[in-house]
Amino acid sequence: MKMSWTWFHKLGSPKWFYAISGRMLPWLTIAAVLLLLVGIAWGLAFAPQDYQQGNSFRIIYIHVPAAMLAQSCYVLLAVAGVVGLVWKMKLADVALQCAAPIGAWMTAVALVTGAIWGKPTWGSWWVWDARLTSMLILLFLYFGIIALGQAISNRDSAAKACAVLAIVGVVNIPIIKYSVEWWNTLHQGATFTLTEKPAMPAEMWLPLLLTVLGFYCFFGAVLLLRMRLEVLKREARASWVRDEVLNSLGRETVR
Amino acid sequence: MSFASFSDFLAMGHHGLYVWSAYGICLTVLAINVALPLQARRRYLQEEARRLRRENHQ
Repeated sequence: MKMSWTWFHKLGSPKWFYAISGRMLPWLTIAAVLLLLVGIAWGLAFAPQDYQQGNSFRIIYIHVPAAMLAQSCYVLLAVAGVVGLVWKMKLADVALQCAAPIGAWMTAVALVTGAIWGKPTWGSWWVWDARLTSMLILLFLYFGIIALGQAISNRDSAAKACAVLAIVGVVNIPIIKYSVEWWNTLHQGATFTLTEKPAMPAEMWLPLLLTVLGFYCFFGAVLLLRMRLEVLKREARASWVRDEVLNSLGRETVR
Repeated sequence: MSFASFSDFLAMGHHGLYVWSAYGICLTVLAINVALPLQARRRYLQEEARRLRRENHQ
């Protein structure tokens, strides 16, 4: 069977990416806003309270999506790293550099909301437990990639170094995932698994599903925002970029 | 609705401070992540506008 790879090569074209991402952005934004609004309102005001944790459990509706996104984003960095190293695709490095700060922010949100949730639930803001420690390591991996990308002035060398660090660091992801099973831990197990039904009633996990999807759409939208600017900067000499900049100048900064 | 009144909703059964601070921090971070790229884009376009004007005057 012959598979068409034209889409893959097109994906490497900055001009094509700029056009297609411009069309996707409004839809991602609308989806993110709607999913987050409904999910958060549902989770905060309408979901029943937890019989053990009371209302502090409502932090789950932001904590779990942030933590899932923090890990998915790191996997994305590693995949972008492989694509960049193997196929020398320029956009892969753009994606890697632009996703890293968002991933770092999400990891920070997961850690901070987790600490705030831990205080009333475990009686402590922080414990050196496997899940929490591996998430902290994830934050430092993100910092490392961001610092490396900024420290090396040659773009190609920076791209290679960041790709390697992203790929090596991905071993931390299964450690985070299985930390609650491999070690004794205070942290509760996964809320969502692909094979089993959630242990909580539908009116509790449905809003969580909405906020998780909302966070992913949000991530897509802000990642595209960052990547589109980075593409404009890197391709500044291309004629389509000049046209696009002039076009945007006419719309945005003629004051 | 899981709460009898609006003040109950705000109190979150003695967990109000935890729940609202967590949500406040999270939404602030989300807002920052929207503002940063938009601001960077505006700044870049302004720089480009200045550069183009300079080049046109030469």
